[in-house]
Amino acid sequence: MTLINHKPPQRGLAPPDIDIAQARLSYAGRDLFADFSLHIAAGQWTCLLGPSGVGKSTLLRLIAGLETPAPPGRVAASDGQPLQGRIAYMAQQDLLLPWLSALGNVSLGARLRGEAVDDALAHRLLDQVGLGRRTADRPATLSGGMRQRVALARTLAEDRPIVLMDEPFSALDAVTRLRLQDLAVETLRGRTIVLVTHDPLEAIRLGQKVLVMAGRPARLIEAALPDSAIPRRADDQAVLDAEARLFRTLLASDAEGLDAP
Amino acid sequence: MKWLRLPLVLIGFVLLWEAIAALGNLPPYILPGPLRVVLAIGAHWERLVGHASVTMLEMALGLLLGTAFGAACALTLAYFRPARLWLLPVLVASQAVPVFALAPILVLWFGYGIASKVAMAALIIFFPVATAFFDGLRRTEAGWLDLAHTMGARRWRVLWHVRAPAALPALASGLRVAAAVAPIGAVVGEWVGSSAGLGYFMLQANGRMQIDLMFAALLVLAIIGLALYFALDAGLRRALPWVADSAPVKQGD
Ligand SMILES: Nc1ncnc2c1ncn2[C@@H]1O[C@H](COP(=O)(O)OP(=O)(O)OP(=O)(O)O)[C@@H](O)[C@H]1O
Ligand SMILES: [Mg+2]
Repeated sequence: MTLINHKPPQRGLAPPDIDIAQARLSYAGRDLFADFSLHIAAGQWTCLLGPSGVGKSTLLRLIAGLETPAPPGRVAASDGQPLQGRIAYMAQQDLLLPWLSALGNVSLGARLRGEAVDDALAHRLLDQVGLGRRTADRPATLSGGMRQRVALARTLAEDRPIVLMDEPFSALDAVTRLRLQDLAVETLRGRTIVLVTHDPLEAIRLGQKVLVMAGRPARLIEAALPDSAIPRRADDQAVLDAEARLFRTLLASDAEGLDAP
Repeated sequence: MKWLRLPLVLIGFVLLWEAIAALGNLPPYILPGPLRVVLAIGAHWERLVGHASVTMLEMALGLLLGTAFGAACALTLAYFRPARLWLLPVLVASQAVPVFALAPILVLWFGYGIASKVAMAALIIFFPVATAFFDGLRRTEAGWLDLAHTMGARRWRVLWHVRAPAALPALASGLRVAAAVAPIGAVVGEWVGSSAGLGYFMLQANGRMQIDLMFAALLVLAIIGLALYFALDAGLRRALPWVADSAPVKQGD
């Protein structure tokens, strides 16, 4: 597989740390987050796991500026510059525009900012996610996994120092998943990544910090990791051991439930 | 079998028409049979074509103008909040005035020529187009707007690249309604005051008790209306191939 000769992130210089402090957010009178703090280290992969409904997607939306914490909570970059404009966000749904081809969807960001559309880049990215022959196809004619790969290519095309991805590989077969995880690590080197996943192995392969979200309001449990470089080998014993430990943590946190009074 | 359905419906309609005319023993000046009407069309072909082309021109221009103003109005409402606050109530209130009642005023302002009929058709077409499109513009999938926000898009670019295309299916529904009401606008305008067009022709025929001619004009008008609707429908389908058509309006199974 050809890889992008990775360049440093372009928009907004070096990737910053992200600080979430005293964040509070509630839906329907129930606190999803209360006095929630999290430090996300620059240039690293932070992986988030946790039971469905615990608030992982909401946390990502909080960082992306799509939700605002109740005062005095804040979400800020360590360099004091606004986060807005430095984030590429891949939501849990692929959010492809049905009237655009795969290619058009990948270059949507440039079109929305009124920049020159780089079709060559879009072609290359689609090629890398294995859709080089489907660039002209509309989303409705693609399978779920293909759509997810288009969305991934669109996120990579954004070329931002901070990348937030919500279950980006969930619809892929095991082999394609490993391949695209490697591609993402290679392509996004040097950036600040937050990845939400339900797959413990994925978290262990990619995470330089792995956090389990549990309970309501949510708290974070940090998981132990092998100290090898990412992407870690899926068949490495240390990785498998870490995965087993993470699985036990998930089981224990799940037993707490979300709807205790 | 599909393509047979429309001809079958038409044949059934003609047979029913003939049966009512013959069995009901209705005199030709009340309900002429289909054959008489067809003969009348043949005998007055040239005059009918002349008047029909005037009416068609009025409908086409009315559609163009009404759609342009309707779409522009919807975009303005969607983009400018003050427009929503001030213009929307005015628009809704304006619908309390029956458009037909405006016909004499339009003729007074725009004269007996084609302009007043175009204005009438455009007025009738404007509202369904504007409301359908505006409704579509308001219902953009929230996730797309979030995505556009994180991509750092200006509001008007979001409108142009996301909200407007997403609202095109709604606009298409408005256009289908518009195609259906366009003949009404043109003919009502012609009834109030004109010197050409199928509406004018029908009034003339009526005044002279040439009922078969009246029905001939009516038939031609119906054919034009149907042709307009189906042509527009086919054009819209072709223009919006990405719109999933789970329940086709015409044909289909
Ligand atoms: N817009 C909203 N209005 C009301 N409640 C919401 C809204 N968005 C999220 N929630 C609630 O917040 C909680 C967390 O949702 P979130 O989508 O963050 O979960 P998640 O951890 O991403 O789950 P999953 O793994 O299933 O994607 C859920 O209980 C959900 O019902
Ligand atoms: Mg989620």
